[in-house]
Amino acid sequence: MKAKIVITPKKAVVDPQGKTVRNALEQMGYQGIKAVHVGKYLEIELDGDNPETARKSLDEACHRFLSNPVIEDYKLEME
Amino acid sequence: MNFAVLQFPASNCDQDALHAVRDVLGNSARYVWHKETSLGDADAVIVPGGFSYGDYLRCGAIARFSPVMQAVKQFADNGGLVLGICNGFQVLTEAGLLPGALVRNRDLQFHCEHIFLKTVTPDSPFTSKIPAGKWLKIPIAHGEGCYFADEETLAKLRAGNLTDTANPNGSLMNIAGICNERRNVAGLMPHPERACEPLLGSDDGKWIFTSILATLPNETVAQAA
Repeated sequence: MKAKIVITPKKAVVDPQGKTVRNALEQMGYQGIKAVHVGKYLEIELDGDNPETARKSLDEACHRFLSNPVIEDYKLEME
Repeated sequence: MNFAVLQFPASNCDQDALHAVRDVLGNSARYVWHKETSLGDADAVIVPGGFSYGDYLRCGAIARFSPVMQAVKQFADNGGLVLGICNGFQVLTEAGLLPGALVRNRDLQFHCEHIFLKTVTPDSPFTSKIPAGKWLKIPIAHGEGCYFADEETLAKLRAGNLTDTANPNGSLMNIAGICNERRNVAGLMPHPERACEPLLGSDDGKWIFTSILATLPNETVAQAA
Protein backbone atom coordinates (compact mmCIF):
# COMPACT_ATOMS: atom_id res chain seq x y z
CA MET A 1 0.00 0.00 0.00
CA LYS A 2 1.16 3.51 -0.62
CA ALA A 3 0.16 6.79 0.92
CA LYS A 4 0.73 10.07 -0.89
CA ILE A 5 0.84 13.18 1.23
CA VAL A 6 1.05 16.75 -0.01
CA ILE A 7 1.92 19.41 2.55
CA THR A 8 1.47 23.06 1.65
CA PRO A 9 1.99 26.30 3.54
CA LYS A 10 -1.22 27.84 4.86
CA LYS A 11 -2.40 30.85 2.90
CA ALA A 12 -1.86 33.14 5.89
CA VAL A 13 1.83 32.27 6.04
CA VAL A 14 4.09 34.36 3.84
CA ASP A 15 5.71 32.08 1.26
CA PRO A 16 8.84 33.88 0.04
CA GLN A 17 10.05 30.74 -1.67
CA GLY A 18 6.84 30.62 -3.68
CA LYS A 19 7.16 34.28 -4.60
CA THR A 20 10.77 33.85 -5.65
CA VAL A 21 9.94 30.90 -7.87
CA ARG A 22 7.06 32.85 -9.40
CA ASN A 23 9.33 35.79 -10.15
CA ALA A 24 11.93 33.49 -11.69
CA LEU A 25 9.32 31.84 -13.92
CA GLU A 26 8.18 35.28 -15.05
CA GLN A 27 11.73 36.34 -15.78
CA MET A 28 12.25 33.17 -17.77
CA GLY A 29 9.36 34.22 -19.98
CA TYR A 30 6.48 32.12 -18.67
CA GLN A 31 3.39 34.28 -18.86
CA GLY A 32 0.28 34.43 -16.74
CA ILE A 33 1.66 32.78 -13.59
CA LYS A 34 -0.42 34.27 -10.80
CA ALA A 35 1.10 32.55 -7.80
CA VAL A 36 3.36 29.69 -6.79
CA HIS A 37 3.21 27.86 -3.46
CA VAL A 38 6.07 25.55 -2.59
CA GLY A 39 5.24 22.57 -0.41
CA LYS A 40 6.34 19.04 0.31
CA TYR A 41 5.42 15.66 -1.08
CA LEU A 42 5.80 12.46 0.90
CA GLU A 43 5.31 8.90 -0.25
CA ILE A 44 4.89 6.32 2.49
CA GLU A 45 4.98 2.60 1.69
CA LEU A 46 3.02 0.44 4.12
CA ASP A 47 2.41 -3.19 4.99
CA GLY A 48 -1.15 -4.44 5.28
CA ASP A 49 -4.12 -4.32 2.97
CA ASN A 50 -6.68 -2.19 4.76
CA PRO A 51 -6.41 1.33 3.37
CA GLU A 52 -9.01 2.75 5.74
CA THR A 53 -7.18 1.64 8.90
CA ALA A 54 -3.93 2.87 7.44
CA ARG A 55 -5.51 6.17 6.48
CA LYS A 56 -6.75 6.81 10.01
CA SER A 57 -3.35 6.10 11.48
CA LEU A 58 -1.53 8.22 8.92
CA ASP A 59 -4.01 11.02 9.30
CA GLU A 60 -3.00 11.23 12.95
CA ALA A 61 0.67 11.10 11.96
CA CYS A 62 0.09 13.93 9.50
CA HIS A 63 -1.62 16.08 12.06
CA ARG A 64 0.82 15.30 14.86
CA PHE A 65 4.16 15.17 13.13
CA LEU A 66 4.40 15.15 9.36
CA SER A 67 2.79 18.58 9.08
CA ASN A 68 2.72 21.51 11.47
CA PRO A 69 -0.94 22.57 11.69
CA VAL A 70 0.10 26.08 12.75
CA ILE A 71 1.64 26.79 9.36
CA GLU A 72 0.73 23.93 7.04
CA ASP A 73 -2.23 22.12 5.46
CA TYR A 74 -2.02 18.55 4.21
CA LYS A 75 -3.82 16.19 1.83
CA LEU A 76 -3.57 12.48 2.27
CA GLU A 77 -4.37 9.93 -0.43
CA MET A 78 -4.21 6.18 -0.07
CA GLU A 79 -3.39 3.98 -3.02
CA MET B 1 21.88 26.98 40.19
CA ASN B 2 21.95 23.77 38.17
CA PHE B 3 21.50 24.06 34.45
CA ALA B 4 20.63 21.19 32.15
CA VAL B 5 21.74 21.74 28.56
CA LEU B 6 19.98 19.33 26.20
CA GLN B 7 21.81 17.69 23.34
CA PHE B 8 20.02 16.36 20.27
CA PRO B 9 21.79 14.80 17.32
CA ALA B 10 23.21 17.84 15.49
CA SER B 11 22.69 20.38 18.24
CA ASN B 12 25.79 22.55 17.93
CA CYS B 13 25.35 25.41 20.38
CA ASP B 14 25.24 23.20 23.43
CA GLN B 15 28.90 23.80 24.26
CA ASP B 16 28.51 27.58 24.04
CA ALA B 17 25.48 27.41 26.31
CA LEU B 18 27.28 25.28 28.88
CA HIS B 19 30.31 27.53 28.73
CA ALA B 20 28.19 30.63 29.30
CA VAL B 21 26.33 29.38 32.35
CA ARG B 22 29.13 27.34 33.88
CA ASP B 23 32.45 28.97 33.00
CA VAL B 24 31.38 32.58 32.59
CA LEU B 25 28.57 32.77 35.14
CA GLY B 26 29.85 30.17 37.60
CA ASN B 27 26.92 27.78 37.88
CA SER B 28 26.85 24.05 37.79
CA ALA B 29 25.69 22.69 34.47
CA ARG B 30 25.60 19.39 32.68
CA TYR B 31 24.66 18.05 29.30
CA VAL B 32 21.53 15.93 29.04
CA TRP B 33 21.51 13.63 26.03
CA HIS B 34 18.20 13.53 24.18
CA LYS B 35 17.59 9.90 25.07
CA GLU B 36 17.73 10.53 28.82
CA THR B 37 14.37 10.50 30.54
CA SER B 38 15.24 12.56 33.58
CA LEU B 39 16.54 16.08 34.05
CA GLY B 40 17.99 15.19 37.46
CA ASP B 41 18.09 18.12 39.85
CA ALA B 42 18.09 20.80 37.17
CA ASP B 43 16.74 24.20 38.17
CA ALA B 44 16.61 25.39 34.58
CA VAL B 45 16.79 23.77 31.18
CA ILE B 46 18.42 25.22 28.10
CA VAL B 47 17.35 23.83 24.73
CA PRO B 48 20.30 24.92 22.61
CA GLY B 49 20.74 25.98 19.03
CA GLY B 50 21.91 23.94 16.10
CA PHE B 51 20.41 21.86 13.34
CA SER B 52 18.89 18.99 15.29
CA TYR B 53 18.21 16.04 12.98
CA GLY B 54 19.55 18.10 10.11
CA ASP B 55 16.44 20.32 10.22
CA TYR B 56 14.80 17.44 8.38
CA LEU B 57 11.05 17.63 7.79
CA ARG B 58 10.90 20.93 9.72
CA CYS B 59 13.31 22.51 12.18
CA GLY B 60 12.82 20.90 15.57
CA ALA B 61 10.03 18.63 14.30
CA ILE B 62 11.84 15.41 15.12
CA ALA B 63 13.70 16.58 18.23
CA ARG B 64 10.40 17.44 19.90
CA PHE B 65 9.61 13.72 20.08
CA SER B 66 12.93 12.80 21.73
CA PRO B 67 12.49 10.97 25.06
CA VAL B 68 14.00 13.86 27.04
CA MET B 69 11.23 16.19 25.88
CA GLN B 70 8.71 14.30 28.00
CA ALA B 71 10.77 15.23 31.03
CA VAL B 72 11.04 18.82 29.79
CA LYS B 73 7.27 19.05 29.37
CA GLN B 74 6.72 17.72 32.88
CA PHE B 75 9.35 20.12 34.23
CA ALA B 76 7.64 23.03 32.46
CA ASP B 77 4.19 21.95 33.63
CA ASN B 78 5.57 22.06 37.18
CA GLY B 79 6.75 25.61 36.65
CA GLY B 80 10.40 24.87 35.88
CA LEU B 81 12.31 27.39 33.78
CA VAL B 82 12.99 26.41 30.18
CA LEU B 83 14.89 28.58 27.71
CA GLY B 84 14.98 27.63 24.03
CA ILE B 85 17.63 29.31 21.89
CA CYS B 86 17.34 29.35 18.10
CA ASN B 87 16.78 25.67 17.18
CA GLY B 88 15.72 25.28 20.80
CA PHE B 89 12.99 27.89 20.25
CA GLN B 90 11.92 25.91 17.18
CA VAL B 91 11.80 22.69 19.22
CA LEU B 92 9.65 24.37 21.88
CA THR B 93 7.13 25.67 19.35
CA GLU B 94 6.95 22.28 17.66
CA ALA B 95 6.45 20.69 21.09
CA GLY B 96 3.62 23.09 21.83
CA LEU B 97 5.40 24.52 24.87
CA LEU B 98 5.35 27.87 23.14
CA PRO B 99 2.73 29.11 20.64
CA GLY B 100 3.32 29.86 16.99
CA ALA B 101 5.99 28.60 14.64
CA LEU B 102 9.26 29.66 13.04
CA VAL B 103 9.41 29.70 9.25
CA ARG B 104 11.94 30.58 6.60
CA ASN B 105 13.37 34.10 6.80
CA ARG B 106 11.35 36.47 4.66
CA ASP B 107 14.27 37.31 2.35
CA LEU B 108 15.29 33.63 2.13
CA GLN B 109 18.77 34.55 3.37
CA PHE B 110 20.61 33.04 6.31
CA HIS B 111 21.31 35.96 8.64
CA CYS B 112 24.49 35.92 10.67
CA GLU B 113 24.90 39.29 12.33
CA HIS B 114 24.46 41.28 15.54
CA ILE B 115 21.00 42.65 16.13
CA PHE B 116 19.46 44.77 18.86
CA LEU B 117 16.75 43.46 21.14
CA LYS B 118 14.25 45.51 23.04
CA THR B 119 12.55 44.00 26.06
CA VAL B 120 8.79 44.10 25.71
CA THR B 121 7.96 41.93 28.72
CA PRO B 122 10.27 43.05 31.56
CA ASP B 123 8.41 41.06 34.20
CA SER B 124 9.58 37.57 33.37
CA PRO B 125 12.28 35.32 34.82
CA PHE B 126 14.22 35.80 31.58
CA THR B 127 14.14 39.58 31.47
CA SER B 128 13.76 40.82 35.06
CA LYS B 129 17.36 41.99 35.40
CA ILE B 130 17.67 43.71 32.05
CA PRO B 131 18.16 47.43 32.81
CA ALA B 132 15.10 49.43 31.81
CA GLY B 133 15.38 50.77 28.30
CA LYS B 134 18.55 48.85 27.53
CA TRP B 135 18.91 47.44 24.04
CA LEU B 136 20.70 44.10 24.02
CA LYS B 137 23.26 43.58 21.27
CA ILE B 138 23.06 39.87 20.52
CA PRO B 139 24.14 37.81 17.49
CA ILE B 140 21.73 35.86 15.33
CA ALA B 141 22.55 33.03 12.97
CA HIS B 142 19.52 31.50 11.34
CA GLY B 143 17.74 30.79 8.10
CA GLU B 144 14.38 29.95 9.62
CA GLY B 145 13.70 32.49 12.33
CA CYS B 146 10.63 34.26 11.05
CA TYR B 147 8.03 34.05 13.80
CA PHE B 148 4.49 33.28 12.76
CA ALA B 149 1.34 32.86 14.82
CA ASP B 150 -2.37 33.28 14.22
CA GLU B 151 -4.21 36.52 15.04
CA GLU B 152 -5.49 35.17 18.33
CA THR B 153 -2.00 34.33 19.56
CA LEU B 154 -0.51 37.58 18.33
CA ALA B 155 -3.15 39.53 20.20
CA LYS B 156 -1.94 37.96 23.44
CA LEU B 157 1.69 38.79 22.79
CA ARG B 158 2.59 42.33 23.70
CA ALA B 159 3.44 44.53 20.76
CA GLY B 160 6.62 46.51 20.82
CA ASN B 161 7.23 49.78 18.99
CA LEU B 162 9.96 48.49 16.78
CA THR B 163 10.85 49.57 13.30
CA ASP B 164 10.48 47.06 10.52
CA THR B 165 13.97 47.90 9.29
CA ALA B 166 15.35 46.52 12.54
CA ASN B 167 13.67 43.19 11.80
CA PRO B 168 16.14 40.86 10.07
CA ASN B 169 13.83 37.99 9.21
CA GLY B 170 10.28 39.22 8.67
CA SER B 171 8.92 37.97 11.99
CA LEU B 172 5.38 39.11 12.66
CA MET B 173 5.33 42.00 15.12
CA ASN B 174 9.13 42.04 14.90
CA ILE B 175 9.23 39.25 17.42
CA ALA B 176 12.66 37.85 18.27
CA GLY B 177 11.51 35.83 21.24
CA ILE B 178 8.46 35.05 23.35
CA CYS B 179 7.50 33.45 26.62
CA ASN B 180 4.42 31.46 27.54
CA GLU B 181 1.52 32.93 29.53
CA ARG B 182 2.86 31.42 32.72
CA ARG B 183 6.25 33.03 31.98
CA ASN B 184 8.32 29.96 32.79
CA VAL B 185 9.10 28.91 29.22
CA ALA B 186 10.81 31.26 26.81
CA GLY B 187 12.31 30.98 23.37
CA LEU B 188 14.30 33.39 21.24
CA MET B 189 16.10 33.20 17.93
CA PRO B 190 19.17 35.28 18.96
CA HIS B 191 22.03 33.67 20.85
CA PRO B 192 22.57 35.22 24.29
CA GLU B 193 25.06 32.46 25.11
CA ARG B 194 27.30 33.94 22.41
CA ALA B 195 27.15 37.36 24.02
CA CYS B 196 28.40 36.77 27.54
CA GLU B 197 31.99 37.86 27.05
CA PRO B 198 33.09 41.28 25.67
CA LEU B 199 35.71 39.51 23.57
CA LEU B 200 32.88 38.18 21.39
CA GLY B 201 31.58 41.65 20.62
CA SER B 202 28.97 42.03 23.33
CA ASP B 203 28.24 40.70 26.79
CA ASP B 204 24.60 41.85 26.79
CA GLY B 205 23.48 38.22 26.69
CA LYS B 206 24.39 37.74 30.31
CA TRP B 207 21.39 39.87 31.35
CA ILE B 208 19.11 37.07 30.27
CA PHE B 209 21.02 34.50 32.32
CA THR B 210 21.32 36.71 35.39
CA SER B 211 17.57 37.23 35.19
CA ILE B 212 17.10 33.46 35.31
CA LEU B 213 19.52 33.21 38.24
CA ALA B 214 17.64 35.90 40.12
CA THR B 215 14.43 33.90 40.13
CA LEU B 216 15.69 31.37 42.61
CA PRO B 217 15.47 32.96 46.06
CA ASN B 218 18.57 33.10 48.24
CA GLU B 219 20.68 31.78 45.42
CA THR B 220 24.34 32.68 45.63
CA VAL B 221 25.51 33.61 42.19
CA ALA B 222 29.20 33.09 41.64
CA GLN B 223 30.47 35.31 38.89
CA ALA B 224 33.66 34.39 37.12
CA ALA B 225 36.16 37.25 37.20
